[in-house]
Amino acid sequence: MRKQWIALLALTAAACSGGAAGTGSQEFKGQSVEVVGPWTGDEQKSFEKVMAAFTSKTGAEVKYTPAGDELPTVLQTRISGGTPPNVALVAQPGLVAQFARAGSLKPVNAEVEKAVTEHNAAVWKKFGSVDGKLYGFTFKTANKSAFWYSDKAFQQVGATPPATWDDLVKTSKAISETGLAAVAVGGADGWTLTDWFENVYLRTAGPDNYDKLAKHEIAWTDPTVRKALEELAKLWGDSTLIASGALQTEFPKSVINVFGEPPSAAMVFEADFVASVISTNTKAKVGQDAKFFPFPSVAGSKDAVVAGGDMAVQFKDDKVTTELMKFLASPESGQIWAELGGFLSPNKDIKPTAYPDDVTQDLAKRIVDAGDNVRFDMSDLAPAAFGGTKGAGEWKDLQDFLADPGNVDGIMQRLEADAAKAYGK
Amino acid sequence: MDAAPGRSPRQAIPFLLPALVVLAALVLYPLVFSLIRSFFDASGEQFVGLRNYVDTFTDPRTLTAFRNNVIWVVVAPAAVTGIGLVLAVLTERIRWATAFRLVLFMPMAISLFASGIIFRLVYEEAPNQGVVNAVLVGVHDVFSPSSNYPGARPRDGYTATEAGFTANAPARAGDTIMVPLVGFSPQQVPAPALPASVPQAGQGELRGVVWLDVSVGGKAGRIDPTERGLPGVAVEAVRDGQVVARTTTGDDGRFTFPDLTRGEVVVRLPSSSFTLPFRGLTWLGPSLITPVIISSWIWIMTGFAITFIAAGLSAIPRDALEAARVDGATEWQVFRRVTIPLLSPVLLVVFVTLVINVLKIFELVFVIAPGSVQSEANVLALQMWQVSFGTGGDQGAGSALAVILFLLVAPAMLFNIRRFRRERS
Repeated sequence: MRKQWIALLALTAAACSGGAAGTGSQEFKGQSVEVVGPWTGDEQKSFEKVMAAFTSKTGAEVKYTPAGDELPTVLQTRISGGTPPNVALVAQPGLVAQFARAGSLKPVNAEVEKAVTEHNAAVWKKFGSVDGKLYGFTFKTANKSAFWYSDKAFQQVGATPPATWDDLVKTSKAISETGLAAVAVGGADGWTLTDWFENVYLRTAGPDNYDKLAKHEIAWTDPTVRKALEELAKLWGDSTLIASGALQTEFPKSVINVFGEPPSAAMVFEADFVASVISTNTKAKVGQDAKFFPFPSVAGSKDAVVAGGDMAVQFKDDKVTTELMKFLASPESGQIWAELGGFLSPNKDIKPTAYPDDVTQDLAKRIVDAGDNVRFDMSDLAPAAFGGTKGAGEWKDLQDFLADPGNVDGIMQRLEADAAKAYGK
Repeated sequence: MDAAPGRSPRQAIPFLLPALVVLAALVLYPLVFSLIRSFFDASGEQFVGLRNYVDTFTDPRTLTAFRNNVIWVVVAPAAVTGIGLVLAVLTERIRWATAFRLVLFMPMAISLFASGIIFRLVYEEAPNQGVVNAVLVGVHDVFSPSSNYPGARPRDGYTATEAGFTANAPARAGDTIMVPLVGFSPQQVPAPALPASVPQAGQGELRGVVWLDVSVGGKAGRIDPTERGLPGVAVEAVRDGQVVARTTTGDDGRFTFPDLTRGEVVVRLPSSSFTLPFRGLTWLGPSLITPVIISSWIWIMTGFAITFIAAGLSAIPRDALEAARVDGATEWQVFRRVTIPLLSPVLLVVFVTLVINVLKIFELVFVIAPGSVQSEANVLALQMWQVSFGTGGDQGAGSALAVILFLLVAPAMLFNIRRFRRERS
């Protein structure tokens, strides 16, 4: 009897350790790492599952601190207090550059760099580099070049997803004839408007000018900016095409206006995360009632994607931190979250079938396929005073442009004045 | 200082010390630190003298914040004290005074943040969400019912004027006029509508048809099989600016002007059939946002004023009021000449406390104002937070704002303190 007990115990122990350790050694057992990230709610749960996989692989405990929108403040405070986390996931490349130049960040080690080069298009390495050194890589990305449309509204006029900007305007006009506004714009949030502008600008002015404007090497009074604003005005300037009250509409509501009941518009432009807003707030089914088409080509432009993303960076360079960075850079970690949904990665070695549905697979594929034509969200690259402040800078200027799309010159001058002030600092 | 006889101040020091230490650590140190910090730049290393203050006073956003703070201070505390006084005096007379006051005091128990969210919804623009606009629209529609075909418009060939859509080409008796309308949902066409058809030209009569030119695969400007006429649209025949005949369309959308004398007329569709429904006011737009936020603050703080004033009221010597009444004073005179003068110390304290509260107002503005109007609704405390933490995090400039805010609040504080002292002596 006693012997049996012991045998059983031994067996269970073996099974436990076998399951937990997987193929990995437990060389970091007893150590712990802290990760600060923006994710809360469901995203937090998903990320914690990714971290659980790291723990079972290496034995190191992971403490995840969700910081939400206040992540820059949290990090800044932690750094000035002398207790930075091991790893942080930062959505603002500008902040990464700031921390890197201040010496708070550690450059990634050669192994991590190799993994980044291997698994991503070259352009992603550029996003994570400051002054020629690689400080991080994009772990989770957002495809910000998607128009989501209500299939029902399109069927009403027999429309198909437009491939060009002019087609989009034409389709919009056809839809407005049925008494439905064509496009819902979440203008109360400035960031949606900067995404609009960036997508048009990337297409009309090309990736090179995009990079220059992002660094403010060309002025906002440049003819390329005018061209992009004028294209935007073709849509924004027609009051029958844009759902009314756009400037009082927050982003989630603009989505609900299209896919809720009763709808007041037929399309909404924004990133892949629109899908989760649809499924949590409306009865519409993504993939059936709600579909997407990529941001149309403007004046014959090539495929291009504006992307956002959370960059993994490290504040310490001990072994266990490096191990975690290596894990995050590998397709293995991304695959875990991909299967849980609500996740896109620039990592081209994540199997497309890992993404749970057709829509997500398509969104992910477009980012990977766009290769080096991906550009990081320009307003995230700009100083926060210009590209990331409620009621100021680019956000406010584009909101005023949405209110009065005829005033291209006035807006360009204000954008330039605000940019000059913010970049000058 | 009036030390009690026989006790040395030296003995008091050990007793005071804990409180002094806490005070120094939590109040004095941050105060002095903020003051010093306000003379340094964003990084905190470079001494910049008064530049932060100069920047603050030349920044248009701060100036808007100043202006709004002035509006707040002038309007809000006086309104709350006034309403509080009236309600306190009135509730004193009723039987369920305590219950009534309890209800009015309840908003104080809700955090400002939560109240902000409530009022954000109350003032929502869409009448099916915002209760204020729902009431406005309800009242409005009782007096002037909405039009039959809101938002509909002729496809082309008509010019929108104040009186309605006027045909570009004149017509005469014997003609047949086709009026294709768009911008209206086919599902909303009233039930009695019949399929549209082209009327036959009539001798001496001007005939025509008004129909909804919207259908899947339908040709623009032509009556397709599923398209229906629009009943009840007013049509006018105008000659030299004078309306010579008036009619409305039948169920099949047809209309006829039977006996037009010879000569040309112009057909006009009066705008009354097409006016958009009244949607209430844009409460959360740039022009009304500050009054809206002030109104919600009044709702929250009135309970506070009532409680204090009611307490003061119960302390008033009853015989003074009775004496006045016996002397033949009317209730208004008693209120005006006896109650208010006796209450004035309490009113002043309430008023000044509210002024201090108003100068620090933050949450309500932060929550209620949509991002697109946050700069119009801005106040100093919000501006301070945005400058220090929201954007690139210039805590030098933020400290300067904090110091300015402190200087503005200080006189009111001193006033209150002196008042309390005088009352005690």
